[in-house]
Amino acid sequence: MYETNYHRASSVDEAATLFAKGKEAKYLSGGQTLLPVMKQRLASPSDVIDLARIKDLVGCSGTTSGIQIKAATTHYEVSQDATVRKAIPALCHLASLIGDPAVRHRGTIGGSLANNDPAADYPAAVLALNATVKTNKRTISADDFFQGLFTTALEDGEIITAVDFPVIDKAGYAKFPHPASRFALTGVFVARTHGGDVRVAATGASQSGVMRVGGIEAALKANWSANAIDSVKVSADGLLSDIHGSSDYRANLIKVMAQRAVQAAG
Amino acid sequence: MGVEGIGASVVRKEDRRFITGKGRYVDDIKLLGMTHAHFIRSPHAHAKIKGIDGSAAMKMPGVVAVLTGQEIVDDKIGNLICGWAITSKDGTPMKMGAWPAMAPETVRFVGQAVAVVLAETKNQARDAAEAVVVNYEELPAVADVKAAIKPGAPQLHPEAPGNVIYDWHIGDDAAVKAAFAKAANVVNLDLTNNRLVPNAMEPRAAIADYDTAEEHFTLYTTSQNPHVARLVLSAFYNVAPEHKLRVIAPDVGGGFGSKIYIYPEEMVALWASKKVGRPVKWTGDRTEAFLTDAHGRDHVTHAEMAFDKDNKILGLRVKTHANFGAYMSLFSSAVPTYLYATLLSGQYVIPAIYAEVLAVYTNTTPVDAYRGAGRPEASYLLERMMETAARQLKVDPAELRKKNFITTFPYQTPVIMAYDAGDFNASIDAAMKAIDYAGFAARKAKAKADGKLRGIGVSCYIEACGIAPSKAVGSLGAGVGLWESAEIRVNPVGTIEVLTGSHSHGQSHETTFAQLIAERLGVPISQVSIVHGDTDKVQFGMGTYGSRSIAVGGTAIIKAMEKIESKAKKIAAHALEASENDIVIENGEFKVTGTDKSIALPMVALAAYTAHNLPDGMEPGLKETAFYDPTNFTFPAGAYICEVEVDASTGKTSFVNFVAADDFGRLINPMVVEGQVHGGLAQGIGQALLEHAVYNENGQPITASFMDYTMPRADDLPSFKVQHTTTLCPSNPLGVKGCGEAGAIGASAAVINAITDAIGHNKLEMPATPDRVWHAIHG
Repeated sequence: MYETNYHRASSVDEAATLFAKGKEAKYLSGGQTLLPVMKQRLASPSDVIDLARIKDLVGCSGTTSGIQIKAATTHYEVSQDATVRKAIPALCHLASLIGDPAVRHRGTIGGSLANNDPAADYPAAVLALNATVKTNKRTISADDFFQGLFTTALEDGEIITAVDFPVIDKAGYAKFPHPASRFALTGVFVARTHGGDVRVAATGASQSGVMRVGGIEAALKANWSANAIDSVKVSADGLLSDIHGSSDYRANLIKVMAQRAVQAAG
Repeated sequence: MGVEGIGASVVRKEDRRFITGKGRYVDDIKLLGMTHAHFIRSPHAHAKIKGIDGSAAMKMPGVVAVLTGQEIVDDKIGNLICGWAITSKDGTPMKMGAWPAMAPETVRFVGQAVAVVLAETKNQARDAAEAVVVNYEELPAVADVKAAIKPGAPQLHPEAPGNVIYDWHIGDDAAVKAAFAKAANVVNLDLTNNRLVPNAMEPRAAIADYDTAEEHFTLYTTSQNPHVARLVLSAFYNVAPEHKLRVIAPDVGGGFGSKIYIYPEEMVALWASKKVGRPVKWTGDRTEAFLTDAHGRDHVTHAEMAFDKDNKILGLRVKTHANFGAYMSLFSSAVPTYLYATLLSGQYVIPAIYAEVLAVYTNTTPVDAYRGAGRPEASYLLERMMETAARQLKVDPAELRKKNFITTFPYQTPVIMAYDAGDFNASIDAAMKAIDYAGFAARKAKAKADGKLRGIGVSCYIEACGIAPSKAVGSLGAGVGLWESAEIRVNPVGTIEVLTGSHSHGQSHETTFAQLIAERLGVPISQVSIVHGDTDKVQFGMGTYGSRSIAVGGTAIIKAMEKIESKAKKIAAHALEASENDIVIENGEFKVTGTDKSIALPMVALAAYTAHNLPDGMEPGLKETAFYDPTNFTFPAGAYICEVEVDASTGKTSFVNFVAADDFGRLINPMVVEGQVHGGLAQGIGQALLEHAVYNENGQPITASFMDYTMPRADDLPSFKVQHTTTLCPSNPLGVKGCGEAGAIGASAAVINAITDAIGHNKLEMPATPDRVWHAIHG
């Protein structure tokens, strides 16, 4: 690791001010990506601004239209939270599948979304649940937030403060873990609103990061059942291909995981 | 004898310090004035070094030196050697390319060191290493073993035209041809034995300390065989004379073969320590472990087996391409020859065998022995062959094996080995019973009705351990003898130190070797210390690998113990005014049989050292040494059966059951043995399902971290049912055979046989990842 200046911010405003002062500053939340990358000397931020101790950034609560998870809430906290479990149990399930216990006690939802790893779990939930990402400057819809591999709508220095999830009729997540890393080789989140709208998002599969799966959405909108997906064709075009999963295998996994997610959603 | 003797599942003595974090590994050692080394390694698989400029690095904070490959050549430090000479079919010796400790001119694999930076701290060395400019001219590279021998392939070493190191054979080609000519059925099989990264928990490390006054070196290193390291460093590498070099291998966190070899880093550390006049420390990181620890396996094989009309085996023909990587590692040449092809008879009567092995250089990390070393490759080949044959011949796989088992011993195979004892039917019967083999058809039918693919796979392995009779291996090209030594010191107060040439890096010697003493003398193991891993303390010894420690090292201890007992009995008899022949040893006391007269061991020991009243002419003291050279290999064998369920929609394999029935001869500590089997099975299953070191066609490694290389985790593995059948080994007094490698040798074939049974065809290679299995099912 190269030398860096560590700052522990006590408020979001202070964090943003510190960031602006730094030459090449980085925000640190759970550090589950940034710190390994720094240890391998693949990143050398001049300043690291720790957001995880900001009290206003931690916790889950009910809102008039759903639930809110603040950005520095750990995966473990989400997996155990009673409010989340009551409203969207699939989110608790997803959080419980991330990494291992050490990762879940450190890693945060805001950090995961800001990093937008193409095989991370949370982006699938945020996109399928049509959540809203709140920052210190604005709100961003899920459809606008994710912009490709490790790329988001966040501007330089912008801080995610919370994610608002709307109420939902049914939701489910199924993940096929990468054998080595245990990220999602392919993970699929399915969600149906009380109005009958269906959104399906797949992570780990696409060369462009988290993606919606239109064919499966249409099939599930017509008939919310695992069987309805049987006849859907998922194209392998644009999907990732590596030693752990060829693109046609991942295309298959999108279908199979979608079916399992629907079964889990009930 | 006693509750802590042979056969007792005594809790491990070494665990208290390990589980409380008090183990002392090389990286825990800090010397005054120590500098830290960081190696600069090639990012290219094959390139010419056009220049190395360390001038900017030399100006950076804390930098002590920047040393290059050319300097180590200029100082006449020797090239790394391969210590086992193999002769090709045509009588020519193997063709070994030069391997300098740091490359002066040409790099041949990603990760090969070209220079080293020494600095006051590890971070300063690393910072400065980034300022060293290495100018490379990239050359075409080749990573695949078959591609490397094609005309026009990139050439690695001028000494080895066509990249061929040797073209070796064993067995009787004419007899095999005759066998196939009269065959009723011939079974063909092509398979790949995947390349593996050993991944010991502790990365390699070295500290070299040159004492200017005494002109003496001390090397702390992660070694399975510190004496062999000293010998090789002195005799071949010209680093230091043997009497001026002390090698210490303290606690070592796993080896699996990868820490047998002497690597460039410890050579450079020794050389550099003298050069800068300060201790030099290097601790490898995980990436360096992936890139530079000798890898395992990497065979491509075609095999054919001939059967008569009664399904008896007539002959076996094998052609193997062995990928050696870019250089010949210390024992690399022996692995695909005398450790592999000599086991191709397996547990079966095979009247004629002929095997050819082509050893090939590629632009990849050097390959050498890894847990099992040749024997897993032989076992995997034979056991997949038997399964394939059973399906082709439409007979039960277990029955086909039984029909062909060797049942009388000793048995001379056509490929050198003479099996001394075994009962292969006992093992397979025990395993079949444990897994309810008879009930499998019904279970498979029920699974099918539920939409599941279920399969069962058998693997009957045999290995040659207790390595090895020195004269025999010498005649086959080994550069060293493979005996073992022991010294037993009974101290004046009756406590006992056992100095062994074996080295424990996870094998529990501190417990099990002490149990040998407890068995003989009836003393508690708390009174026995096992001393190993320091060439200044311990007489020359050969170290630990090849499941040899109890069979060879343990027997050396018994031989020394016999001398101790003989002398102690004389002292006791003298003190008790009895005949030496009437003395028996019980519970730490020397007793006159049939009387109540006795003298305790501490009193005998004290008498030996006070020497006030010893038999006339007896030397004082109670210390004995023995060197034991085995008369034969030992032949652990067993049967593994596993039952799996394959999820057709994802290709994911789940274990229903995995049973092991091993014959290791006499067990010293059954709990320790079970632990060794579990670890071996984890690595065997890891090879079958998970682990794969992959290079792209340009020789770039694409699995150089745990993000891509799948190490087995606990939840990847089933709960094992381990049991034992026993035939005592007649070749050593303990009747032991060794247990360290069996799991890794036998498990892989059982797993793949089960999966191929589940999916209904044989086209599947290791590792059987979900992606591969799904493609095997769906095309």
